[in-house]
Amino acid sequence: MSKVASALGGARFDGFASVSEIGPLGMITLRAKPDVKGLAAAVKAVTGTKLPAQRRVERAGDKVAAWMSPDEYLLILPYAEVKAALATLADKLAGQHHLAVDVSDARAVFRIEGAEAAQVLMKLAPADLTALEPGEIRRTRIAQVAGAFWADETGFTLVCFRSVAGYVMGLLSHSAQPGSELF
Amino acid sequence: MLLLECPYCGVKAEETELTAGGEAHLKRFGPGSSGEEFEAYMFARKNPKGVHFERWRHAYGCGKWFLAARCTATLEVFGTYPAQTTEPPADLVEKIKAKRPDWKGTK
Repeated sequence: MSKVASALGGARFDGFASVSEIGPLGMITLRAKPDVKGLAAAVKAVTGTKLPAQRRVERAGDKVAAWMSPDEYLLILPYAEVKAALATLADKLAGQHHLAVDVSDARAVFRIEGAEAAQVLMKLAPADLTALEPGEIRRTRIAQVAGAFWADETGFTLVCFRSVAGYVMGLLSHSAQPGSELF
Repeated sequence: MLLLECPYCGVKAEETELTAGGEAHLKRFGPGSSGEEFEAYMFARKNPKGVHFERWRHAYGCGKWFLAARCTATLEVFGTYPAQTTEPPADLVEKIKAKRPDWKGTK
């Protein structure tokens, strides 16, 4: 098996907030309506969290379950555990209308940390960062590409497509230039 | 700037997060219809000055299509609603009639 590499090899930029590419992380796109029988139990078995409600992110240690749309969830877990997790989902949701796909290698993940981390995103996304609640995921536009982010105690996690990882790293680095703080 | 609330995720999405899909509630004329009917379905749009029903897609968010009622003259948004319907919800129609007494309705 070839060696797993993240999109940018852990690139990092330190400005008024620190930007770093993290990963590789295991990611599963789970498409199912919330009323599918056994869905909550299946998600719990994989991530250890409850089924996220509308626009919510549920975390348990290094595992995350996020609400992406009325019939789509994103499950984040260690890269090596994806295969087992897919088997668990297939087992728990057998016979139910659902789709679970490994998208780990299709995505890039960034961390934006620091007291002023929100300002890095305020410049790039048409989203109201001040209205973003803790544990809320916001899918939006990061300059010209699609992305999603959510906040935790130390900063933001941002997910985008791997094909635009270099572009997004450039955006975040430029947005975090020292001296370009908004307030 | 146009802000529309996506009825599926509850996000107040800004115009650039959305894709416009043209006029809503078109009746399709397909095989078996007359040439005039098909031409009207294909090309003729109301393009009113005032109340307009539109299709929008939350392209940078949940990806779902939804419908919106807004005023093309003032950009006032009357409301948004899910696309699984063939006509605007009654309460929204009432709301628009209250705000625009001279509006002739959807027909």
